[in-house]
Amino acid sequence: MNRIDATFDKLRAVGRTALIPYITAGDPSPAATSPLMHALTEAGADVIELGVPFSDPMADGPVVQRASERALALGVSLADVLDMVARFRERDTACPVVLMGYANPIEAMGLEAFADRARAAGVDGVIVVDYPPEEAGGLAQLLDARGIAPIFLLSPTTPETRMVDVARLARGYVYYVSLKGVTGAGHLDTADVIAHLAEIRRHVSLPVGVGFGIRDATSAQAIAAHADAVVIGSRLIQEIESGPAETAAARAAAWLGTIRSAVDTVVKQAA
Amino acid sequence: MQLTDLPDARGHFGNYGGVFVAETLIHALDELRDAYERYRQDRDFLAEFERELKHYVGRPSPIYHAKRWSAKLGGAQIYLKREDLNHTGAHKINNCIGQALLAIRLGKRRIIAETGAGQHGVAAATVAARFGMQCVVYMGTEDIRRQAQNVFRMKLLGAEVVPVQSGSKTLKDALNEAMRDWVTNVESTFYIIGSVAGPHPYPMMVRDFQTVIGKECLRQMPELAGRQPDAIIACVGGGSNAMGIFHPYIAYQDVKLIGVEAAGEGIDTGRHAASLTAGRPGVLHGNRTYLLQDANGQIIETHSVSAGLDYPGVGPEHAWLKDSGRAQYVTVTDDEALAAFTDCCRIEGIIPALEAAHALAYAAKLAPSLSHEKLLLVNLSGRGDKDMNTVAERAGTRFYCRPECDPQRRTG
Repeated sequence: MNRIDATFDKLRAVGRTALIPYITAGDPSPAATSPLMHALTEAGADVIELGVPFSDPMADGPVVQRASERALALGVSLADVLDMVARFRERDTACPVVLMGYANPIEAMGLEAFADRARAAGVDGVIVVDYPPEEAGGLAQLLDARGIAPIFLLSPTTPETRMVDVARLARGYVYYVSLKGVTGAGHLDTADVIAHLAEIRRHVSLPVGVGFGIRDATSAQAIAAHADAVVIGSRLIQEIESGPAETAAARAAAWLGTIRSAVDTVVKQAA
Repeated sequence: MQLTDLPDARGHFGNYGGVFVAETLIHALDELRDAYERYRQDRDFLAEFERELKHYVGRPSPIYHAKRWSAKLGGAQIYLKREDLNHTGAHKINNCIGQALLAIRLGKRRIIAETGAGQHGVAAATVAARFGMQCVVYMGTEDIRRQAQNVFRMKLLGAEVVPVQSGSKTLKDALNEAMRDWVTNVESTFYIIGSVAGPHPYPMMVRDFQTVIGKECLRQMPELAGRQPDAIIACVGGGSNAMGIFHPYIAYQDVKLIGVEAAGEGIDTGRHAASLTAGRPGVLHGNRTYLLQDANGQIIETHSVSAGLDYPGVGPEHAWLKDSGRAQYVTVTDDEALAAFTDCCRIEGIIPALEAAHALAYAAKLAPSLSHEKLLLVNLSGRGDKDMNTVAERAGTRFYCRPECDPQRRTG
């Protein structure tokens, strides 16, 4: 069984909401990424989303852009990111790792080569921001055949007919982008998210993660009561970039710990 | 299937084009596609578009026989399609009028645009003023520095110019930032993309609005020269002026279509912007096309003396025309373009844009190898007023400097 499915099954059984931190691979340094990932799992991460740096991150706000630029300045490539996952796997064989990035670095490696190498490295899911379902069929098949989940985004502007299309291709979980905007943007409208989640669940049986715009314990709690997973990226990266690189992992873990505690106060009906 | 039937329903030109965007934009693109499908056949819409082109832009633009230059070159006859005579000084306005009319019909009163050289930004700001719309233009800080005059023009026209600091601080980053604005304000905002790039339906829609150029040529060439040209030559950055003049001629198999890319300081120096000549297919800005990228799929910085050609991608239909062999793509260096720029000024009394000077340079290279009866039609896509600073800087001339502010003169 895919680690993502196993993780969500386990959490559902005890009525807990998954906490998914997002960090950009190679930021603050390539050597720091694997230790940072361990620190995050120790602080309560259930899944880790690892951003693959790209020169033109069209869907990202300034915080993730900066992280991506820092990693690129250190020469971090997709192949390096896969190596980082492999290093993480040397000590952790349980926590699912999901790569999130853009199409071009994957196409440059070759879809099949990427799928093979991702499997060998121990990747569990892949989100390609600029591969909507219409363009993702080829990669989704290659990943699925290797037990890696193709994960898709849904947005406030996604009509119900598209949700059906996404449900057909998606594995693992779906990622609901909680607001119209880029990563790390403004504040989210919880009532609106709840209404959309109900709509999504009518068409998609996979767990639903919510991200883009969750910044603190209060917003995390509000979302955790209704979603299967809470995704936090930009605010966590701000924690990483706010001080010296040597203590970045400790700062990130301490901050994520407060979110973990907040999310755990939300008790859901065990399935 | 005919070459002219493309793209398919999902925006593909063979392997190229498509819709490669985040989910948040899909709905807006579907809405735009449906609206465009409807209005491209709507008589009132087309009539209004034609009226605006005639009375506001000043179309049709003439074709001019560059006799003196042709005679000096001693070969084929060179004809110039004078897009430089359009209102705002380039072909960009054709597309902006079309998209603004569409925005009005969609009830969107805020328009955004990206710009490199500033020509598309000026055209967008112009139509926004003309139709009473709010206009925000994204422009890289590097381009703002190079094109200060166009920045001022946009502001005069009432547009807000937002400096883009990210990435290489040029056109591609301005496009990223405009996309981010669009994702955030998708319900109130219409994004006017300036070239035949971006996700479907933009490459098709911008092409259609620009084909007015080629359609006029189809009529004008027989009137002026007695027949259609043997070759059409146009510069290619994103490729909208080239696509506008090529597309109506695709079915005319005897007419060669030649796109000219910017070789910058030379293809082997790596400092150029020739995506079709030196790039590989990949995905950027919503479509699959030829891109200048490194081995890891990161987009690399480009260089051209002409800011309008300084882009690491190219419209997907050009990628398709290249692979199918219907069009050929060649390159011209900064120095060759500047030489043609000067020749065009001195021999014909026309100051061309540096972008168009690339097409002129190739025509000047090709003409002497052909007989006097051959006809070359060059798309003179814009005028060169905006490039005065760039050209003067390279010539070592300082501009707008009164004698009294020259320290040497003052002390002497």
